[in-house]
Amino acid sequence: MDAILENPSRRLFLKTGAAAGGGLLLSFSLPGLVRAEGEVAANPFNAFVRIERNGVVTIAAKRPEIGQGIKTSMPMLIAEELDVDWKTVRIEQSPIDAKVFGEQSAGGSTSTPDDWEPMRQVGAVGRALLIQAAAQRWNVPAVGLTTEPGFVVDKAGKRRASYGELAQAAAGLPARDPKTLTLKDPKTYRIIGKAQPQSDTPAIVTGQPLYGIDVRVPGMLYATFLKAPVFAAKVAKIDLAPAKAVKGVRHVFVVDGGSELEGLLGGVVVVADTWWQARKGRNALEVTWADHPTSAQSSAGFIAKAAELHGQPPHRNLKTVGDVDAALKGAAKVVKADYSYPFNAHATLEPQNCTASFKDGKVEIWAPAQNPEDGRELVAKTLGIKPEDITIHFTRSGGGFGRRLMNDFMVEAAWISKTVGAPVKLLWTREDDMQHDFYRPAGYHRLTAGLDAQGGLTAWRNHFVTFGEGTKFARAANISGTQFPYGAVENYAQDVSVMPLGVPTGWLRAPGNNAYGFVYQGFIDEVAYAAGADPVEFRRKLLGAPRLIGEPGKGDSFHTGRMRAVLDKAAEASGWGRKTEKGVGLGVACHYSHRGYVAVVVEVVVNDGALKVRKAWAAVDVGKQIVNPNGAEQQVQGSVLDGIGSALGQQITIENGAVAQSNFGDFPMLRLADAPHVEVRFVISDNPPTGLGEPALPPSPAALVNAIFAATGKRIRSLPIGDQLA
Amino acid sequence: MPTSLKVNGQVHTVDAEPDTPLLWVLRDVLGLVGTKYGCGVAQCGACTVHIDGVAMRSCVTSLARVGAKAVTTIEGIGANPVGAKVQEAWKAIDVPQCGYCQAGQIMSATALLAAAPKPTDDEIDAAMNGNLCRCATYIRIRKAIKAASGQTPSDKMGA
Ligand code: FES
Ligand code: FES
Repeated sequence: MDAILENPSRRLFLKTGAAAGGGLLLSFSLPGLVRAEGEVAANPFNAFVRIERNGVVTIAAKRPEIGQGIKTSMPMLIAEELDVDWKTVRIEQSPIDAKVFGEQSAGGSTSTPDDWEPMRQVGAVGRALLIQAAAQRWNVPAVGLTTEPGFVVDKAGKRRASYGELAQAAAGLPARDPKTLTLKDPKTYRIIGKAQPQSDTPAIVTGQPLYGIDVRVPGMLYATFLKAPVFAAKVAKIDLAPAKAVKGVRHVFVVDGGSELEGLLGGVVVVADTWWQARKGRNALEVTWADHPTSAQSSAGFIAKAAELHGQPPHRNLKTVGDVDAALKGAAKVVKADYSYPFNAHATLEPQNCTASFKDGKVEIWAPAQNPEDGRELVAKTLGIKPEDITIHFTRSGGGFGRRLMNDFMVEAAWISKTVGAPVKLLWTREDDMQHDFYRPAGYHRLTAGLDAQGGLTAWRNHFVTFGEGTKFARAANISGTQFPYGAVENYAQDVSVMPLGVPTGWLRAPGNNAYGFVYQGFIDEVAYAAGADPVEFRRKLLGAPRLIGEPGKGDSFHTGRMRAVLDKAAEASGWGRKTEKGVGLGVACHYSHRGYVAVVVEVVVNDGALKVRKAWAAVDVGKQIVNPNGAEQQVQGSVLDGIGSALGQQITIENGAVAQSNFGDFPMLRLADAPHVEVRFVISDNPPTGLGEPALPPSPAALVNAIFAATGKRIRSLPIGDQLA
Repeated sequence: MPTSLKVNGQVHTVDAEPDTPLLWVLRDVLGLVGTKYGCGVAQCGACTVHIDGVAMRSCVTSLARVGAKAVTTIEGIGANPVGAKVQEAWKAIDVPQCGYCQAGQIMSATALLAAAPKPTDDEIDAAMNGNLCRCATYIRIRKAIKAASGQTPSDKMGA
């Protein structure tokens, strides 16, 4: 079925060498790109590149674009090694096919580290084949040939042939083992490391259809799904007639739903000719919801329970080094504080939506998804169909932030299409979106630190009360036993206690870290002041000699030297230590997450309780190469502002088992007038390049509250800041 | 009920109830999906269009209220010289991240520049504060508005 939205699978991945417009398809397989080795032979086409006769090069972007710029930066890697003129490159979103493309999700800032090598290899293999084709044509050895963007030339400068002329011959050659090819010397890069505009910008500024919400399929109906406010509660009583009476409404039906929070939940669906008609139908409904075991849960209840658990011995210890109790007894000074933060929503500006067309036991899906393969499994299981009978197309996402790693919208759309026997676009209301998210879990930390007479940190304990049961944490409510200052303090303990939760939780941009950065870097700041030390100086001392903490290559291994370098850079950029006017304060924080080292300094001014964030500086080490400096700056500025905005006002509270907030009026997000400038500095280190969608967020809330302390002497230990300064 | 509606210089006959918000007429009836839904209650600005040149939230503006007035959407704003300048600045500075809010941002910025060709920082704050950007592209939005109005970025933007 053709959707009106561009349907990439029809355009790029032809099965033969001849492309539609007389162009030529250069395809080759790269075993390293495919997860299951055995599947390579069955899928010889690995069509990342198409070269047309006129020299136009089309490159596939295999991962979903959610605003992180991956649709531009990964094709840049291919184009660089292929050696083409970037201005001639067209980029298309690839179809979803794990057998051909391997991993196609977007999460954990993993795309850059995972694709850095293989995408350059794709380009290098293409270039080698084009050179080989020219060598055969001219009957000369390949070693005498090289490339200029878009051309194979002989080194003597006598002959040249365009890629367009050579593509057909190159496509007929057997693929080369990328390990036999030498990748470019970074000093010769023409594309990587140069600021390139995002490839979809021209389409965005002219309002072209790109997003999930824009998909239109012939014969499509529009759906709205009213789910129970209490998660997984079911419909007890309903009269469908008033909705059916609304003009344009075609179907109204109850979904019984299951009990798994990530699957199909109970509620009422209204399907109509337009979405507004469906919505009017929905407004006419009066539903009585059945009571549910979680109807009584509340944020206030969780807070009370956390306080109770903090008063008891922890359920378990995740890590102990030395003897914290003894060290605290012998300490010159002991600092104690409780830190907490609320549930938080993703609030992607494009509400969750999905278009599905179910026919003859098969379903075609258009989804703004970050993790489509999990969606395929969920749809297959719920609808009782085979995974291979599900075709999923990526659309651009109007924001992801981890929300679209879950696929509830996908299973809902598929279910509705199957039920009504027509293609359906399901669109959530903003209220649905805010009240049926997979929330960043709230958390409650009791921290204790010991200082010696010289102001050195001798002991550190965190008793973290979080959600889970037994030794199992709720999704995204886990913590590692080795959070910094682990490895930098002689006596260290990470304790946890858990309480049960009936609220869906999930991964929000820099999961875990978006909260732990606030807690740890906020408390370290307090400890620095207690030690009578400058906050930057205290952190320098704590980081100590450059060394690796933890096991090399392990997720939370941490290099103190890299952190020290970004800390120094942020301090220098912000003029740390300078004299400030009354009411002005600078705060610092540094945090490691998703393989990235980031230090942030925030400057605030507080007058009569009115807070203004003036400016922020971020220093970032994500390795030896910034792939696209344009996108990198966007991600760092966006992440820092995201951290600041969430700390200022965002919170989700649970009352009577349901979310109390409903729209942007009671869930205030950062707006233009409150957004400070963010100055970004990259620190280049000799490490493989890593991702930037997340790591600049975690230090920002702490830098903000630390700046507020510097300005006012008031310590913010509970987010959001809200009216705590009033 | 068939109603005539003027959008981007073209008169359409649309079959929609008079209380239907303009947003859904544009998107679902006319297939002009560049105008976006974000909140439905005039709190995010994603649905901003111009009605007789004035920036309005189409999610809370009924078809009946539009009447014979001329509607301009992101698909048509390039025909307006100020709108074209704003789009050019948006491209030159590469403002969008996810891009979802940007149609609304461009419509608000165009209305601002039509009324105040050289807006001050305060005027920018006031005119643009109703347009939420979840990706927080605000730094570049300010820069692009300054560029489109031929001004150099001020201190507030850190240059
Ligand atoms: S959708 Fe109209 S202001 Fe948000
Ligand atoms: S660019 Fe994503 S909401 Fe503005």
